[in-house]
Formats: sequence, structure tokens, C-alpha cells
Amino acid sequence: MDILIYGTVNSVVFALIAVGFTLVYGVSRVPNFAHGALYILTGYIAWTFLNTLGINYGLAIIIALVIVAVIGAAIYQFLLIRVRGMPDSEIIASFAIGLAIMEGLRWGGFIGQAYIIPVFIEGAVEIAGVPIDFQRLIIIGGGLAVVAFLWLFTHYTKVGLSLRAIAQDERAAMMLGIDSDLTAVIALALGSALAGVAAIAILPLGNITVETGYNVLIYAIAVCIIGGLGSWPGAVMGAFVLGFAQILTVAYIAPQWTMVVVFLAIILTLILRPSGLFGRQKELEERV
Amino acid sequence: MESKARRKERLDRGIKVRTEGIYAVSSLREITYLLLPRLVLILGLLIIPLVLPSMYWQRLICMMGIFALLALAFDFLAHYVGIVCLGGALFIGLGGYIAGILNSSYGLPPVLTIPIATLGGALISTLLLLPCLPVRGIYFAIVSLMYPLMISRIIEALGLFGSTDGLAGLATFPNIWVDQYIIIAMVLISLFALRRLASEDFGLVLRGIKDNDQAVKASGMSITWYKAQAVFIASVIGCFGGAYLTHLYGWVGLSLFGLDFSILPIAASVLGGIGTLVGPIMGAFILIPLSEMLRALGPLRIVFYCLILVGFIVFKPEGLMNYFQRKYHQFEHWIEV
Repeated sequence: MDILIYGTVNSVVFALIAVGFTLVYGVSRVPNFAHGALYILTGYIAWTFLNTLGINYGLAIIIALVIVAVIGAAIYQFLLIRVRGMPDSEIIASFAIGLAIMEGLRWGGFIGQAYIIPVFIEGAVEIAGVPIDFQRLIIIGGGLAVVAFLWLFTHYTKVGLSLRAIAQDERAAMMLGIDSDLTAVIALALGSALAGVAAIAILPLGNITVETGYNVLIYAIAVCIIGGLGSWPGAVMGAFVLGFAQILTVAYIAPQWTMVVVFLAIILTLILRPSGLFGRQKELEERV
Repeated sequence: MESKARRKERLDRGIKVRTEGIYAVSSLREITYLLLPRLVLILGLLIIPLVLPSMYWQRLICMMGIFALLALAFDFLAHYVGIVCLGGALFIGLGGYIAGILNSSYGLPPVLTIPIATLGGALISTLLLLPCLPVRGIYFAIVSLMYPLMISRIIEALGLFGSTDGLAGLATFPNIWVDQYIIIAMVLISLFALRRLASEDFGLVLRGIKDNDQAVKASGMSITWYKAQAVFIASVIGCFGGAYLTHLYGWVGLSLFGLDFSILPIAASVLGGIGTLVGPIMGAFILIPLSEMLRALGPLRIVFYCLILVGFIVFKPEGLMNYFQRKYHQFEHWIEV
């Protein structure tokens, strides 16, 4: 029962982290390696507004999300737009931006134990004999809400539909008057904001450290690769595969193997099925 | 619609065209034109240790050489074979650990450990990368980036080879001059060997694979075999760097699998100019001292570093070397179109 519940929580955490990354990649084919950096940046911005400026927690969260979304859009509009279509340059450029943000935060003095953003509701409940705190329940609820929101957004709003159109067939979508760069900007803003949502939901469980950024990036990549890069249902499934794999590793092998599982999953998936366990439409592009 | 656009027209210099054929040996001027850049590079590299004789710079020159080797390997794979391999740390780590283990467990001297580690490490990394070779572009990049991270975690989890402390007290080179000239000689040899290789038939096939692998396949050649050979060549260069690093400091540890060895060489190639082979070496010899000078700034160093990298890749993707080559071989003037 422990495994089931904590596995679910872990999986939803992964899904939250990965959904922004996969959204950006799916729409604009830009692998946003600054994802992890944006994730911790949100945490620090929220912390700054909350503790240094003393703003209401809810307001601080909203401001932080908006700022991160603007930063994401700016990264695309001013930098990545120039290297679009060159995957190597995209990876290097976005990774360097992420590294610059993370090390900039480290330089700004954001290291140590003091950086904790509060949980929404204190306390815990017992489900089937397993104690679980409210924050973890909120994560599950939040994860479901985000997935539902994304589904509704991409199926019933004009902007969302144009995102999907670009993702499916860029050329045809452009012929219908959809601006490819504009949708990519929107996708990056949205993806960054989603990284922020994940950060706000997950970070209260521990304290904020710069190193988290690297791990988050690796998790996001792992989940997306297992599920198939750019496929949203795939990302959710991938999150569950990886989430349970990790919890099982902790339960039956040893905690220090958790990262090895992640790396192994990435490498094996890419070798055996590069388009992911659940995607197959782009197979010709990926393999010789 | 009365807009006058201007663009730069570029024409090859007469002397460049002359030196491409037999006329290259017609006069001293042509010979100088051809030899000057090469001699500047070779003599420059050979003289550097003599003009910068402080202890600090000597160590730095060794590190520059290692990164230059990695950048060279990266550039060769990326531009001539079309494999974007972000796994510089894999080569360094494997070469370094093999040399370290051979030295500490079996007591072999560096004269033996370095060749064994170079070839053995290259073989292992080629075998590791072999199943991923059919995978293209960003996917291969991610796999090769993940390998070194995974290996270091496995070593840590199993507590192998001294685990997080690494192996210390290994044999070092007799003196700092040997250190410096070994690596500089290796850089020069690899550079000219790769340049030669790229213009042979073998290099032609490799470039064919980069441009159109289906066509190469249709000509009845095994792409995987050629790619594997190319990866082996690149990893020989990288693993030598690793084995050398081990004996330079007399120490191996998990930091040999660190991201630095994967990222910095790429930054160096981007700065120096991808596809020129000389450029990456120049890039390494500029970037590494730069990053050392910025060390006083602490974490801000990496920020500066990344900003330089982003700036170059976004606004000046051709890099320094391509720019210099253009100025050397061509003249430019504005024309109206």
C-alpha cells in the first residue's frame, strides 16, 4: 500500500515536472534545457516576494508564475528564435541559459537551508493505514487539474488549437495563417509557467536548492523520452512508469540506485524505441 | 518599393586560387601564404610553455591541451560524421579510470597505462555507444550526455574504485615540461592526423554519411561500421586526455565523469568555429584561461561563461576561425542589389 500511494505521488510529481517540457518540445521542437532552471527560479521568486517584500502567499505565487512565463517567452523571442531548427545549437543555447540562471542564483546568495516556501495546508491524514500529508494530496489534485486544464485548453480554445496545429503539421498550419513563432512564444511562456506550477506545488516538501534544478531537468527529459518526446499522453504514462520504478527501487534495492534507474531508463528507451513507449509517428526522422 | 539593399560580395584572393594547384610552389610568396598559418599554429603551441613559465600557467596549459583534444574530437564527430556527441566526460572518465586502476592495482608505469587506457577506453566507449549509433540528432546527444552521469552514479552506488574519494597516489610524470610537451604534441598530432583523415576516401564516406546517409547505404556501405570507426577515433583522442589527466594529478575521481568535460569542449568548438578542426583548439586555448581568470568571481564565472557561449551560438554561429579564414582567403566589398 505504501508503494502504491507513494508511487502515485511520485508519478504525479514527475508528470507535473515533465508536462511543461513536453509541451514546449511538442509545439516548437525546441528542447528547453532551461526547464530545471525556470523551475527553481519560480521557487526563489515566490520566496523573495513572500519573505522579503511580505506579500500575501497567493499573490506571490501568481506574480512568480507571471514573471517566469515572461522570462520563458523572452528566452525564445530574443535568443532561441535565432537558432531554431538547429537541434544542437538549441540544446547548447538553452542549456547555457539554464546554467546561467542557476549559477546566477547561486551567486545571488540563494544557498543554504533557509529557503523554504510554506505548505498550503498543514497536517496529514491516513489513507488505508498510510499517513500522507495534505501537500502531497494537493500535488495529486494539482497534477490532475493541470492535465485536465491542458486538455481543455488545447481542445477548446483558439490559441490551444493553434498550438496543436503547429505541433501536428507546421507547414499546413502556417498556410492557415497561424504564426509559428508566435505559437512557439506562447508555448514557451506556458511551458515555463507549468514548470513554475510544478515548483510551487512540489517545493514546499523540502527546501529550495540550486542543485534541484539539474535533477528536475534530468527527470523531465527522462519522462518525456520514455513517453515519447512531444507526446502529452505519453508524458503522463512515462511519469507513472518512472515514478513507480523509482519507488520500487527504493523499496527493494537501495536508495542510491534511484538516479541510475533514471539514466538507465533514458538510455534503454533511446536505444530500443527512440520515439518512446507510446509514440511512433516520427520514427523515420529518428533512426537511419 | 524603392529600397536599396546592400550585401557583401566576397571574392577569393588570387593567391588563394594559385596556391590550390601546382603553382603553390612557384614562388616564395605562395609558399609563405600556405605555410604561414600552419607555422604560426605549430610554433605558437610549442612556444607557449616557454613564454609562460609560472607554475600556475603550466598546469593551465595542460588543462587547455586536454580540453583542446576533447573539442577536437567533438568537432570531428559533429562536423565530419554528423554525430553530436555530448559525452566528452565518458571518454575522459573511462580513460582516466582504466589508467588509474592499472596503475594502483597492478603497478604499471604511465608508459604502459596510457596506451592501454587509450585503446581500452576507446574500445569500451565505442561498444557503449554502438547500440545508439542508429539514433539520430538530439536523441544521440541526450544518450551520450547521460552515459557519464550514469556511470558515475553506478560507481558511487557500488562503492567501486574508491567510490567518492577516488584513487589517489598514482604515478605522475617526471617533470612539468614533460607534462606540457606530451599534451601539446598529442594535440598537434591529432589535429593534423584528423585533417588528413578527413580528406582521404575514408573522410569522404564520413561526410557522405553526414549529408545523406541513405545514399551511402544505397552504395552498399555499412553506415554503422563507418560511424563506429569514427567514434573509435574520436574516443581514442578523448581517452588519451583522460589517461593523461590521471597521471597529471596522480588522482582519479568521480569528477572525471563531470559535466565540465562534456560542456566546455562544445563551448570551445562553438567559439573557435565548428568544422575547422583548428578552431576548437583555439577556442580551448582562449576559453580555459578566461574561465580561470574569472575564477575570482565565484559562481558568476559560469554565468559569464554561459553568456559568452549563448552570445556566440546565437549571434555569431560561425565562430572565430571561420571568420579569420574568410579574411585570409577572400576580399570583401559592399555591392548594391
